[in-house]
Amino acid sequence: MASRLMALWDWFDSRMPSVAEEWRKHAAEYYAPKNFNFWYYFGSLALLVLVIQIVSGIFLTMHYKPDASLAFGSVEYIMRDVPGGWLIRYIHSTGASAFFLVVYLHMFRAMLYGSYREPRELVWIFGVLIYLTLMGEAFFGYLLPWGQMSYWGAQVIVNLFGTVPFIGPDLALWIRGDYVVSDATLNRFFALHVIAFPLVLLGLVVAHILALHDVGSNNPDGVEIKKLKGPDGKPLDGIPFHPYYTVKDLMGAVVFLAIFCIVMFFMPEMGGYFLEHNNFVPADPLKTPEHIAPVWYFTPYYSILRAVPPLFNSQFPGVLAMGIATMILFFLPWLDRSPVKSIRYRGPLYKGWLAAFVVVFLILGYLGTKNTNVWGQFPDPWDILDTKDVATWVARACTLVYFLFFILMPWYTAKDRVLAVPERVTV
Amino acid sequence: MKNILLLVLLLPAFALAASTGARLDPSPHDTRDVVSLQSGARTYVNYCLGCHGLQYMRYSSLTDIGLTEAQVKDYLLFTAEKVGEAIKAPLDAKAGKTWFGVNPPDLSVIARVRGPDWLYTYLRTFYRDPKTVTGWNNAVYPNVAMPHALWTLQGERGMDPKTHKLTEISKGVQSVTEYDTTVRDLVNFLVYASEPAATSRKSIGIVVLFVLGVLFIFAYLLKREFWRDVK
Repeated sequence: MASRLMALWDWFDSRMPSVAEEWRKHAAEYYAPKNFNFWYYFGSLALLVLVIQIVSGIFLTMHYKPDASLAFGSVEYIMRDVPGGWLIRYIHSTGASAFFLVVYLHMFRAMLYGSYREPRELVWIFGVLIYLTLMGEAFFGYLLPWGQMSYWGAQVIVNLFGTVPFIGPDLALWIRGDYVVSDATLNRFFALHVIAFPLVLLGLVVAHILALHDVGSNNPDGVEIKKLKGPDGKPLDGIPFHPYYTVKDLMGAVVFLAIFCIVMFFMPEMGGYFLEHNNFVPADPLKTPEHIAPVWYFTPYYSILRAVPPLFNSQFPGVLAMGIATMILFFLPWLDRSPVKSIRYRGPLYKGWLAAFVVVFLILGYLGTKNTNVWGQFPDPWDILDTKDVATWVARACTLVYFLFFILMPWYTAKDRVLAVPERVTV
Repeated sequence: MKNILLLVLLLPAFALAASTGARLDPSPHDTRDVVSLQSGARTYVNYCLGCHGLQYMRYSSLTDIGLTEAQVKDYLLFTAEKVGEAIKAPLDAKAGKTWFGVNPPDLSVIARVRGPDWLYTYLRTFYRDPKTVTGWNNAVYPNVAMPHALWTLQGERGMDPKTHKLTEISKGVQSVTEYDTTVRDLVNFLVYASEPAATSRKSIGIVVLFVLGVLFIFAYLLKREFWRDVK
């Protein structure tokens, strides 16, 4: 019996790329540095969330109706009449926020340890593409429940494209498929959300991992482990991904799932941050909500958009700033001129700038969830550049720091004092 | 380094702590109290359903709050024929618009929009106001289109223009405490109706977390065993 099975296995293996060979290449004999720390869990966790989203999404599409008159009701139908429907829906809604949380931490890890530096520029570029695709995926998906926030959020974002000089109005019309967000918009966003963007996302994830496994993983010391190999040709500081990191990541996955479940089972709305209160009101094209805010993972960029004053009555400068704020990430590998990769061996200049970047990103994120008058107003003579709102001025200062972090990077990373990088990784 | 990590992890806590709202009375609802839910369902059917539907809920789902199908049929089934039907309001949308200026909204998920505290305060702060079309106004929802549907129970009250305190004009059928209980039960029912799965969600959650806790012990031991030889 066993030999029959082996024969069948060989039959397959000789007629396609060898599974055993791929397994060796990407797991059993993929040598990863042995000093991965807490920050290195988020890559495998992102993959886990991707699988969770795809599986729960498939079940949601079995019951969801992409029709403006039925969409809102079909979500409530899933929540009440579909057996286990509420669980599937909460898995998917919690998963959306979890995806961004994990991806943000994963990106921050790359910034801490210089994982985007040579020879991993392409790994980083694929990563940024994944992040941008994910933003699109989340944006399309958010329209589907057809609540007030879904509707007006989509209206606002699509109108941003309308501010582009010359082609703007036609572009916005082309995206919506109508003069306002409507049934036509819902239908196409559904198509983009359930098939087009997930396909792109999966392709990019494969490219990201293939590129990574070709050059090898970075580590908290920023030391290239491939430089020092033992007599057997294996990196001295490397250990096989399987079983060492599969068991370690399994442990991380269990902790992650526990946190995920605490949110999902006990606070699925997360105080209105994961599921906004106003999105339980069905979309009404005639009634604009007083306060329109995107979901938390978009708010840093939304703040940048609002912070930039309009020029000649056009919001385009803000839209441009928001676009550049995300696109600038692509250039990170070439902006960083430091002789070292890891924060462990960098000097105070870079550490200070990175800390400032994190702080302004969080402040921008917080302000994006609030009205611009959340921190009150300056007295009268302060009405410069269209606003007296304290929060808008804070957002402007933060936006400036956000861009200076990147623009000044070639200068301060080259000038910074650095420590000697050890030959081997430290554990 | 450690500080940055701490900051990142604590961010949601800061954000949640910063959210504020108008001064609302805390709602004493408890969705595990089925007697209160049943009482709330009765108040809803008698006083609210004339205008406000619960269209995403079915009459049959009221068996989940301890009623039998026969009881639902005998005491609560006024706007439909069969218990499997949705709890819809008999009011026609156009008529609602003509009468009140707005079509009375469906209340299936209202507790998730407004929150229980808002509902509990709102239903207890109607007052007489000759300046409005209906003759009623509300302390937490100024110039609301809805008249005080429960006024026969609570009685009439007026707003003192100087102190902004509510004062009694006439007594209702219920005392203040009785009325508070009626509203508590009604809000309790609305909270339940907005997410019927909420109670089982929490009990399933506890089991799942327990299983994950056990799984973590094994995952941790497995990791420790393998990593013993990494030096």
